[in-house]
Amino acid sequence: MVQALGHTTIKMVREMGRLGWFMLYSLYMIVRRPGSLVHVLKQIRFIGTKSLFVIVLTAGFTGMVLGLQGYYTLTKFGSEGMLGAAVALSLIRELGPVLAALMVTGRAGSAITAEIGIMRITEQIDALETMALDPFKYLVTPKFIAAMISLPLLCAIFDVIGIYGGWLVGVKLLGVNPGAYFYEMEKAVVWRDVYSGMMKSLSFGVIIAWIGCYKGYYAGHGAEGVSKATTESVVLTSVIILVWDYFLTSVLL
Amino acid sequence: MILLRNVHKSFGAQKVLDGLDLDIPDGKITAIIGPSGEGKSVLLKHLIGLLQPDSGAVEVDGESILDVRRSELNRIREKFGMLFQNVALFDSMTVFENVAFPLQEKTSLSKDEIRGRVLSALEDVGLKNIENKFPDELSGGMKKRVGLARAVVLNPKIILFDEPTTGLDPIIKRAIHQLIKDTHAKFGFTAVIVSHEIPEIFDVAQNVAMLFRGKILQYGTPDEIINSTDPAIRQFISGSLDGPIQMV
Repeated sequence: MVQALGHTTIKMVREMGRLGWFMLYSLYMIVRRPGSLVHVLKQIRFIGTKSLFVIVLTAGFTGMVLGLQGYYTLTKFGSEGMLGAAVALSLIRELGPVLAALMVTGRAGSAITAEIGIMRITEQIDALETMALDPFKYLVTPKFIAAMISLPLLCAIFDVIGIYGGWLVGVKLLGVNPGAYFYEMEKAVVWRDVYSGMMKSLSFGVIIAWIGCYKGYYAGHGAEGVSKATTESVVLTSVIILVWDYFLTSVLL
Repeated sequence: MILLRNVHKSFGAQKVLDGLDLDIPDGKITAIIGPSGEGKSVLLKHLIGLLQPDSGAVEVDGESILDVRRSELNRIREKFGMLFQNVALFDSMTVFENVAFPLQEKTSLSKDEIRGRVLSALEDVGLKNIENKFPDELSGGMKKRVGLARAVVLNPKIILFDEPTTGLDPIIKRAIHQLIKDTHAKFGFTAVIVSHEIPEIFDVAQNVAMLFRGKILQYGTPDEIINSTDPAIRQFISGSLDGPIQMV
């Protein structure tokens, strides 16, 4: 029992050390050898452009739900005119960065792990090493840079679409004054709210690339190893995003 | 010259290499034979630093490849080319891009020069008009030949072959063996071939090392191995079920 506990603890500490080293080495490589622009652009297309549809869809419905729920709550206090401010603040500060990151985790994070994992089990990563090339330069750093660029942009799109989703429900369906919707929003939202949202989505981009690449890079054997790595990647990324979100919010608030 | 001295390697409780010593001479084709699961591929990966031994020494041209900085290891790795057991072609790249990749990354050749070198390497391995195909669209034998073209395109000093003919039909096997002999005669590299192909490998290799129970049981010319009196070697060559080699 004690032996098993000790064994598990050592394994966990080793895993955390490796995870930390992976992050540090990736950041070092971004500075030293960021990889070719073509690789980065390909990854921006994959992580960013190809996530647009799912982001627009979820943002629209999130904004609409916020419009409904916000209207229901605010009418109890006779302040439905504040709906625009409520929707915008919820989206810009919290829901935009978090939901956009979770969507990208499901769509691109899992694919990153699967791609690198398959390259690992088919010895393609070993092939790069035998050519005296650093696999990080080709597989990891372009994904880090692309995620760091894409996530804040996707988050901004999420916010805008969400605000118009709230407007559609609040103003067009429930009759909130359109002037009040945007006026209260402009009054309530300050630069710091936008800044904190962008900072969050930037850090979430790092987390998605970090865990996605790490789990693929150290995937186990065979198809089962890759499938396990992909599942673990999505779960771990989502959990870290939510935990990190709490800490970041408490610092940035 | 590649030198291995007292190399030990275990995976968990399983001991794979157990004090192995081996000298691989320059410019020759050396075959490593032995039963499945004895660690031949593990041994090959030690030569290029893909695996590190638990203890012992691995030297390439007098330089240790253990506990060196990554840049040092990469400098030594530039001497190598490797053909993997599963070929390990980059599946998102075409045949042309696969063979061109080392040239693009390691040389400053122009696009036209790279194109010329790639087409010539593909022609050397008997492949034409397939440069725009993806690895998935090729047969096993064609993939091996593309892998060989990629391994030789930078004219490396040493080429490692990990079971280059496993899973191929007898004609393609013979063709690949002939190709290795021809490219070796043309470029004069040091070749290390891990193989099960008995007796064909004796026609290809100039030296043969038999790996058994984590050590080199015997090292010599193909004739010396064929005429060996060691019971394990005799059993391996004859394919008999009776003898010191037990089926796992």
